[in-house]
Parts: sequence; C-alpha cells; structure tokens
Amino acid sequence: MKRRKFDVAAVPGKAAGGVDDRFQVATPLRKLLNKVFPDHWSFLLGEIALFSFVVLLLTGVFLTFFYEPAMTEVVYNGSYAPLRGTPMSAAYASSLDISFDVRGGLIMRQMHHWSALLFMAAIVVHMMRVFFTGAFRKPRETNWIIGSLLFWVGFLAGFSGYSLPDDGLSGTGLRIASGIMLSIPVVGSWVTSSIFGGEFPGEIIISRFFIAHVLLIPGLLVALISAHLGLVFKQKHTQWPGPGRTNDNVVGERMFPRYALKQGGFFMVVFGVIALMGGLFQINPIWYFGPYEAWVVSAASQPDWYVMFLDGSTRLMPAWEINIPIGNGYVIPPLFWPTVVLPGILVGLSTLYPFVEARQLKDYRHHNLLQRPRDVPARTAVGAMAVAFYIVLTLSGANDVIADKFHISLNAMTWAGRIGLLIVPPLAYYVTYRICLGLQQHDREVLAHGVETGIIRRLPDGRFEEVHQPLSAGDGHGHGELDYVGWVVPKKMNRLGALGPAIRGFFYPIEKPVEAPVSPGHPPVEPRPEREEIGSGDSRR
Amino acid sequence: MSTQTEQHAPQGREPLDVHDPRLSRFDIVTEGARRDDIEIVHYEEQVVPGSKAERRLTRTVAAMFLLTGLAATAFLVVYIWWPWEYEPGRGGDKWYTPLLGLTLGVALLGIGFGILTWGKKLLPKEVSIQDRHDGPGSAEDRKITGETMLYLADEMGVRRRPLLGVSLVAGLLPVGAVAAAPLVGGLISNPHKNNQMFTTGFAPADGKKIRLVREDGRPIRPADVSTGGQLTVFPGIEHGVSNKHADSPTLLIHLRESDAEKSRQANSRVGHGDYMWGNYAAYSKICTHAGCPASLYEQQTNRLLCPCHQSQFLITDNARPVFGPASRRLPQLPIEVDEEGFFVAKSDYTETVGPDFWERP
Repeated sequence: MKRRKFDVAAVPGKAAGGVDDRFQVATPLRKLLNKVFPDHWSFLLGEIALFSFVVLLLTGVFLTFFYEPAMTEVVYNGSYAPLRGTPMSAAYASSLDISFDVRGGLIMRQMHHWSALLFMAAIVVHMMRVFFTGAFRKPRETNWIIGSLLFWVGFLAGFSGYSLPDDGLSGTGLRIASGIMLSIPVVGSWVTSSIFGGEFPGEIIISRFFIAHVLLIPGLLVALISAHLGLVFKQKHTQWPGPGRTNDNVVGERMFPRYALKQGGFFMVVFGVIALMGGLFQINPIWYFGPYEAWVVSAASQPDWYVMFLDGSTRLMPAWEINIPIGNGYVIPPLFWPTVVLPGILVGLSTLYPFVEARQLKDYRHHNLLQRPRDVPARTAVGAMAVAFYIVLTLSGANDVIADKFHISLNAMTWAGRIGLLIVPPLAYYVTYRICLGLQQHDREVLAHGVETGIIRRLPDGRFEEVHQPLSAGDGHGHGELDYVGWVVPKKMNRLGALGPAIRGFFYPIEKPVEAPVSPGHPPVEPRPEREEIGSGDSRR
Repeated sequence: MSTQTEQHAPQGREPLDVHDPRLSRFDIVTEGARRDDIEIVHYEEQVVPGSKAERRLTRTVAAMFLLTGLAATAFLVVYIWWPWEYEPGRGGDKWYTPLLGLTLGVALLGIGFGILTWGKKLLPKEVSIQDRHDGPGSAEDRKITGETMLYLADEMGVRRRPLLGVSLVAGLLPVGAVAAAPLVGGLISNPHKNNQMFTTGFAPADGKKIRLVREDGRPIRPADVSTGGQLTVFPGIEHGVSNKHADSPTLLIHLRESDAEKSRQANSRVGHGDYMWGNYAAYSKICTHAGCPASLYEQQTNRLLCPCHQSQFLITDNARPVFGPASRRLPQLPIEVDEEGFFVAKSDYTETVGPDFWERP
C-alpha cells in the first residue's frame, strides 16, 4: 500500500480554502485587511477609553468572585486588625477581604478604580478633541450623541461602583444621591423610596446597585461602545487636511499590519500604565473610612473627579428655596437645580450642539476633513467657555481642601466660585477668540512673507531688519502667493529642512539624515545619502 | 531600499490577472487594494535589510520582549512567595501590591513598546489613499427601497382595513403596559408608609419618652457634657444607634451661659421656648440640604458646618442656615431630664428631619 505524502506546507492554504468554501470570507476579509486608517496622535485619545474599558471588564469580573452585595450586618473578623470586631455590612466586610484576605485582590481593586478614572478622563479629553476639530459635524452627529451618552452612562457606572464597598465615604455619597432624588418636584419622595426600598438607607440598595453595576450598565456601555465603533468603521475616520487629502478620500495606512500592530502595542501600554498605577498609587483606601454610619463624616470628603463638578455646582448654589403655597405648601429645594436641572441642561446642550451649529452656519454638507481650532474661533471659544465652566465647578468641588491648604476663608472660596462661574466662561470665550484670530493672522503672515530666520541684517542706511525665508517663489517683493489650506504652516527654519534636527542619542550622538516636512500623502523629498555615525571621538572604542 | 511611489492610476483600468506567475506578492497585494478603491501611493522600507540600523532595532525589540518575560516571571515569583498577609506595622506585606504592580506594569509595557517599536520602526511606511464613498445611495436605489417599503404597507392593507390598525394599537398598548407593570409595581414603595418621612427614633413609644443615648448605648446625664462641648446622641431604642435610624442622630450641645440666653430668646421667637433644658440644646445632625451629618461644630462662633457642601448653621439662632446652599434650619429636638437624671426627648422632632422634598409641609 502506498502512503500518500502529507504536505505540511500546504496545510494553511488548504484550511483557508476549507473555511472560505463554507463561510465565503475571502472578499470581506480582503476589505478588512485593506481598510485605510488616517493617523494622528489625537485619534488615540478615544482608544485610551476603549482600552481602559477592557481592563475594567477584566478586573471587574475578578472582583465579583469575592464581593458580596449584601447589607446584612456582620462583625468583621478579617486580617485588618484595627477594624476587627466592628459591626458592618457584608458588602464592606467583603470589600475589606478583597483588600486584605484575597491574594492579589488589592491590586485588582486599585486597577479597577484607576482604570475607571482613566476611562472617564479619556472620554472627556476625546470629546474635547472631537469638539474642537469639528469631527462631530455631518455625517457624524449620531456618533457624537452616542459619545456624550457614553459619558453619562460611564458616570453612572462609576458612581454605582464607587458606592458598592459601602464604606464611610461612599455611604455619604449615597446619602447625597438620595437627597438629590428627594429634591425632584412631585415625585421625589416616591422615586427615592422606590429605589432604596423604603427610607434611606434601607437594606436593598447595595444589591440593586450591584446588579446595575455589573450587568445593566456594562451591558449598555458595551452596546453603546459597539455602536460607536461600528459607526466609526462604517463612516470611516475623519482626517486632517493636507496634501492629497480631500473630503472624498482617506489617506493613511492600511489596517494591517502596521496600524493594527500599533493599536495592539498601544493597548498593552495603556494596560501596563494602569497596572503600574494600580500597584504603586494607593486609591480609595476604604479601611481608613470605616463602615458607613449615618452620623459620621469627615472634612475633605471628595467624590471621584468626574463627580466633582456636580459637587461643586451644589456647593455654589445659593439657598434659594421655592415655596408653593397650595394646601399644606410644597417646596422645590435648592438642591434640585444644580444636581438635576444642570445635568439635564448639559446633556441637552451637548447632544444638540451639532444641529445648532449646522443651523447657525446653514451648513448641511458632509465634512470628513477636520478643522484646526484656530480656524473656527467661535466654536473654539464656545468650547473654551464650556471647559472654563467645568473647571470652575470642579475646583469648587474641592473648595474646602483649597481653602484649607492655602489658608483662604471657606466662604471666600464659595463666593469666588459663584462669581467665577459667571465671569470666567465669558472671559475664556473672549480670550480664546482673540488667540484664534491672532494665530490665524500669524499663519497668513508667514504664508505671505515667509519664515523668520532669526538672521538680522543691517541695511546700508543703518536700519536693521530680519531676513524672512519666503515659502514660495513670490512676486519679487518678498510676497508669496500661497493660500492657507487649513493645515500647519511651517514657522521655523528646521521645519523647512534647513537645519538638521538636534543631536540625538543617549551615550553618543547619532546624526540622522534630515527628513522632509512630514506630511503623509506627500512623497518625501529625496533623502540625503546615508552617512556613517559620527562618534564623539574618545567616548567609543 | 525599495521605494515605490506612483501616481494615481486612471480610473477604470483593466483588472490584473492575479494568477499570472510573473506577478510578485506585492503586485497582488496592490491589485487587491486597488479593487477596494485603495491606491498605495507610497511604500518605503524604513530600514535597509541587513543594515546596522536593522540589527540594532531588532535587538531593541527583542530586549523588550525578554524584559517582559523577566518581569512576568518576577510577578509570578512575588505572587507566590512574597509574604502577602496583612500584619500591623511596616511588614514586607506592605510591598506586595506595589511589587505586583511594578512587575506587571513593566511586563505589559515591555510587550507594548516592543510591538510599537516593531510596527513603527521596522515595518515599511506607507501612504494609501482610499475612496470614501460616503455620498448618498444612488437615486435609483433610494427610489426602489422607498417603493418597496410603501408596497409592504400596501400589502398589509392597513389603509384599506383601518380596523386592523386601530385594533392592533388598542391591543398592543396594554401589552406594553404589562411589560412595564411588574417592574414598576415591584419596585414602587410608598414613602409615607408609617409616616416614616416625618418621624424619627425619638417618637415616644407607648407614651414613654425616649432617652438620649451615646454611641455605646449609655444614657446621658447633664454633667456628662462640659460647657461649650457637644455630643452626638441617638434614640435609646433598639437599633437606635444604627443606619436603621439614619434620620435620628442628634447633636446635644452644652451652650455657654451667654449663648444659651441668646438661644432661648431665639427659641421663644419661633415658639420653641421650652425646647432647651437649662443651657442644653439638641439639634438634628442630619443636614437639611443633602442629608450629610453636619458635624463640625465651631465652639467660638456657635456655627455648625456640614463638610459636604459647607452649609453653616448658627446654633444660637435656631440653627438658621447662615451660609451655603442649605435653605432650612436644622430641626430642634425638645429635651428635658427625667426623674432618674437622664436626658429624654419630650417628643419627636416637630419639623421634618433631613433633606427637603416636595411635599414637606
């Protein structure tokens, strides 16, 4: 009997053929492998959020194995001696166990908390990038709305998770949350009582927050994130203007292999940074706070950073109570405005912004090219105004700490916040607007007159003037005819390839050939011939 | 150095025969890209194969991967053998988590930067241009899809048989309510059951006045609180010192003579003339703003500060809010001393304790 030869080299090909016979993947896979992505550092901000979300899922699953979502009173008997014998909820006791009695539990808890903070931070910074570059414009309004929803759903995820350990600090936060729900006109007391299963704190809220935190909210987040990424994929990424780049094309790299490799590497870097933070930087040391007791609180009780703006708005709100004298009388407490109405307005403003701007400018075209913030001063200034508003509120959320550390009167800090909230945003608008115009003007100046060389020339009549390097042939009077195309104008001689880059190299200098001004899509100028590395003489053998 | 730079190909060129044996693999890749409307306009090796630069980069990437292996091994060693169980003091266990973080972080950063260097420095750089095709669908397709959907409606015949549509809506609306009812019905809980929002643990039970007790449950004699001092007190009932009575914690303050006089005058102005006992006054500790314990008492100014949102209450003026977002004074608990010499509450609070809400009278 003759044995058939087994050809190992043909196995992958045959297997691939078999797969394609059954699932017809060759064409879609080719399209996927070939998909072109534009590249810019600012496009990576959203991915930090995505990658921290992955870390959140991984560490979060670990935590659920040890956490007990119950408010049953137990007496702590774990390793942490100072709290031994203290009555506390099972939730708090199991959170202490994760920190002290589960091997490696503390680093998981801390990584989970740090990645949550990073997730929210990346969302905010990514949102700013999208806003200031006009990436939210048609056809991407839907994705902008999904993105702003992601912030609020992430906010809920963060707050519900923050409350789970049921320690002294988070319990106070929960108490405030119940106060906020109570403040809603007409239905407040019913909403609070229904959510807490009776009067605060009740015995069920931790289990309800747990299921919301590990199932409902993450489910919503996964759904929204998938839709967000799916739309980015379908609508293709925006790109900066530049040579060869138009509204109808995408200039960049194909997805595989280089782009995908960079993504994978970046994920590992984000993961690594979170691991370092989780191990080296202590966060939320719940064992210092003790179990939640309704009568205990300490000064400097700050929530996580992304909640601080609401804390700040609550602190700044004047004590304006609205009384409605019907029957026994009804009340709208001052707490209602900064914690329910303000977030409502913020959600409305942010989701509607793309449509408001389109209407304002009567601009209903597709936009796939990004704008430099300086080129749209009004939008940039509005954004700066929003950022200023947010910063004043966030700082006010810590105004007691600031007052304490800098020896300022607490009442003065509150008044500074109240006045600042009204004055700083318009000021930010004005200053930003002027800066944008100034930058625009300088761009035009360089295009018309050329780059400042730093060379001072003395004229025969004794005057001094700086020599400018024109960017184009010009009209003979040193005036070029270049149009501004919405992208970086070179403003230094070495951006023109005139000067070599600074000396590189750690132990010995490495001189690299000058690269042309970087502009993907533009074939580089002929590279200089390779040169030998120049040693500094005696430093090398 | 293989550098391929070409101009945009004219549209509508003949597709290449990819089975042509003369084509290189890159030719086929380029052809595939072209079929996806991608033009690879620039493709350039970053390092000359076999050059010193390539060897150096390869060594760098390899070193990073090996560092990862080393750090990951160190992680496992620490994880398994380092003493991790908590001990009071400055034991080695305090280094457990930092060491895990350090080794894990270095391991992950090693892979990360290794892959990044590999991708960014060793792989060829390219510039590709893909058509976006983000215009609307063709007018013809829009028409066809639109008509198809309208035809669906025709087929259903809702317009001809309106009863179907009406009955469907009338039938389905209750079904939607059925889906929502168990959730809402199960969760809903009457906030006014047992008048719970307006009572605290100090409500007299069976006509017996409730004692004020400390956190450990012991009752309090007037001499236990020194002049100018204050004490957090609780209702002397079962679970009185627990979150089950989160609204009940109360601050018992022993005012100085002059402050007590001011307090008494202020009290009588609002009809609380007999709420104090001697120079002792008791106010709810639960802030009327958001419910935090207003627990920072400043003896000199007689102000009580809530650390959550900095509402300040002037104790000598009926705990009136004098600064911050709180709009309502802290309720006062009427107190006296019983025949055994311990503090008791004369009655429950006469105002609503805790954060404000709509139907608070």
